[in-house]
Amino acid sequence: MKNVVWGIVVLLIVLHHDIWLWDNTTLVGGFMPLTLLYHAGISVAAGVTWFLATKYAWPAELASVDASQEDEA
Amino acid sequence: MTQLYIIAGYLALLLGLGLFSSTLFKGTSKDYMLASHSIGPVLLLMSIFGTTMTAFALVGSTGEAFKRGVGVYGMLASSSGIIHSLCFFVLGIKLWSLGHKYGYTTQIQFFRDRLQSDKIGLLLFPILVGLVIPYLLIGVMASGTVINSITSGAFQETFAEYDYGVPPWLGSLVICCVVLIYVFFGGMRGTAWANTFQTLVFMVLGIVTFSVISDKLGGIEAASGRVLEQNPSRLKRSVDPKDQERYEKTYAGWEKIAEFNYASRQKDLNLSEEQTKAAFSEFKPRMPNWQTRAKAIYAAKNRLIDLSVAEQNDARVLQDDRIPPEPRPESWSADLLTHEELGHYSRVPGADARKSLKIFADKIGHPAELLDPDNPKKGKKWTRRKAGGVYRATSWAPDAPRGTTGWEFLTYIFVPLSVGMFPHLFQHWLTAKDANSFKLAVVCHPIFIMIVWVPCVLVGVWATSAVNPATGGPLFAPHFPANAVLPAMVKALTTPVLAGFLTAGILAAIMSSLDSQFLCLGTMFTTDIVSHYGGKDRFSDKQIVVIARSFIVLIVAVTYGFSLFEPRRVFTLGVWCFSGFSSLFPLVFASLYWQRLTKAGAYASVIGAISTWICMFRASGFGANSEYRFFGMMPVATMIVVSAASLVVVSLVTRPPDREHLRRFFKSV
Repeated sequence: MKNVVWGIVVLLIVLHHDIWLWDNTTLVGGFMPLTLLYHAGISVAAGVTWFLATKYAWPAELASVDASQEDEA
Repeated sequence: MTQLYIIAGYLALLLGLGLFSSTLFKGTSKDYMLASHSIGPVLLLMSIFGTTMTAFALVGSTGEAFKRGVGVYGMLASSSGIIHSLCFFVLGIKLWSLGHKYGYTTQIQFFRDRLQSDKIGLLLFPILVGLVIPYLLIGVMASGTVINSITSGAFQETFAEYDYGVPPWLGSLVICCVVLIYVFFGGMRGTAWANTFQTLVFMVLGIVTFSVISDKLGGIEAASGRVLEQNPSRLKRSVDPKDQERYEKTYAGWEKIAEFNYASRQKDLNLSEEQTKAAFSEFKPRMPNWQTRAKAIYAAKNRLIDLSVAEQNDARVLQDDRIPPEPRPESWSADLLTHEELGHYSRVPGADARKSLKIFADKIGHPAELLDPDNPKKGKKWTRRKAGGVYRATSWAPDAPRGTTGWEFLTYIFVPLSVGMFPHLFQHWLTAKDANSFKLAVVCHPIFIMIVWVPCVLVGVWATSAVNPATGGPLFAPHFPANAVLPAMVKALTTPVLAGFLTAGILAAIMSSLDSQFLCLGTMFTTDIVSHYGGKDRFSDKQIVVIARSFIVLIVAVTYGFSLFEPRRVFTLGVWCFSGFSSLFPLVFASLYWQRLTKAGAYASVIGAISTWICMFRASGFGANSEYRFFGMMPVATMIVVSAASLVVVSLVTRPPDREHLRRFFKSV
């Protein structure tokens, strides 16, 4: 799952370069430029991806670091 | 005056918050600098977000969208959503755990320890402080501009030269003092609290601004529809043929005016009374100062202007208030300058302000007074800013529509890597209570960026085609200063009370970055220089806090001094500053993930990065040329390549670091 998450991060970076929308002036809903909506979607997708990262790719060794700090304290 | 009272009230509230948080201050330097590692997930998210979203995000994004269109969001906002969180995840958590384990307070402490090099601190300290200064400058400059724009006309007689508003130098000074006071009282804890409060303020007020402005522009559909009709290039990343055609026509007209003015001034070309009459009768006036345009068109049509190629070039340079080359190159007499070539010559500083003051002297005055008391239809007196705007719009060459190239867009993604090396962010990371506190910041950061940037970009794009509901004319003339777009829209389209609150929101975004930057400078100086070289036990905790505060005041004074010089576009300055930090990204990444990194490799990387940055910043006229690109790419791409290549090559040819030492940082050694 960890590798899948990092794969999605790479995919997001690739999808960020939306050359197919370079000349598009479509206004979605009559007001929202398509290219802006697409990139707002990339932002939301980034949020979801990072949520998955905190779930499945969170560095396990940090839990022990925290515990040891608390023990020392 | 209402706006001024509201802004003053907000600043007083902030000072109160600073004083309140000082009651929680434990009196130790660790509490002052790192809030005793007590910051939980919500405060960490809000303080990190508030710190990264500065004037650049509100004033800069709106201004840049006004100049370049919606593509700005993709260039920096969506890429930051991916890259910032990536840096928090890949670097932030690891640095936090090492910082917690070995007691670091600053980046330099980490690098000194990791690289077993004392001198790396001496190399990095001036570079990091030097790069934070332009970052501070963005906030200091923008706060002055915003306060001046929004308060113009607030005074009856004083500050006439600043359009009867608070002068930018005074606005900037007040903001610096307020931030200094609450940082001094509250330290990192006060900064985190103030950041959280201010982040909430600017996010909520940003949404309110967006809704009020869109309503005043006739609704979101009408506002976007006007852009599609009048400036379609602003809705995409290439140049629309319609915009290109209009530009070529306007530029050709401008060339005629330039040549006519040159011939009139230098070669005594004078239209007879009859010719002037004919020129005026053939022309339909649409803008101030239309008479010159009418005469120029008439003179060109009737072939009354006879200039050599060199004279035509001189005419263009002088009309655009640019400084001609001395001596003139040989090509000057052979080829006509293209518009792009014309842009290579810098403008005479302040020419627009001086000339507009002379030309429109009879129109300039208090913006509440009528131009002609006997004829109210003529409207109110002009501010100096408006006169400057009219002068630029009618005298300077029109801006060429500009698209974004694939390379430029691709290489922009390197700019957000800067967060990996922001010293103030490093310090914020270390305030975290535990590693889990990072989770909320990692997930919500891209969403928060979207909430702030999308409305700002839309407002900036709408501004290109917005109509003033009071006059029916365009809200912004060509060449309108990008930094002033957002405050000018707020002032023109909202009520004074709302404008006051919205300005407080903009200032909140600015101050929520300044505070962390101020604090981190003090921390770096005391930790990396004073305590490191003076000895840990030489100074008491109280003395350390005093030394930190003194250094902060010194740096703020230097930055404030810089802000009084010729202003740069907030966005351009921001990109240069971020590029410098990004160029150091290979160093921090390799320090955490590459065991083979050596001390010499680190030195080579830092020297390579900063030398490239200095050369390119100089080549761009110290940020004056906002279109500067290196082989069509953003300069940051070259800086990172040079920095990474130097790091790898030099590390590989020098002796590997001691394995025993590496065990402190890598489990797999």
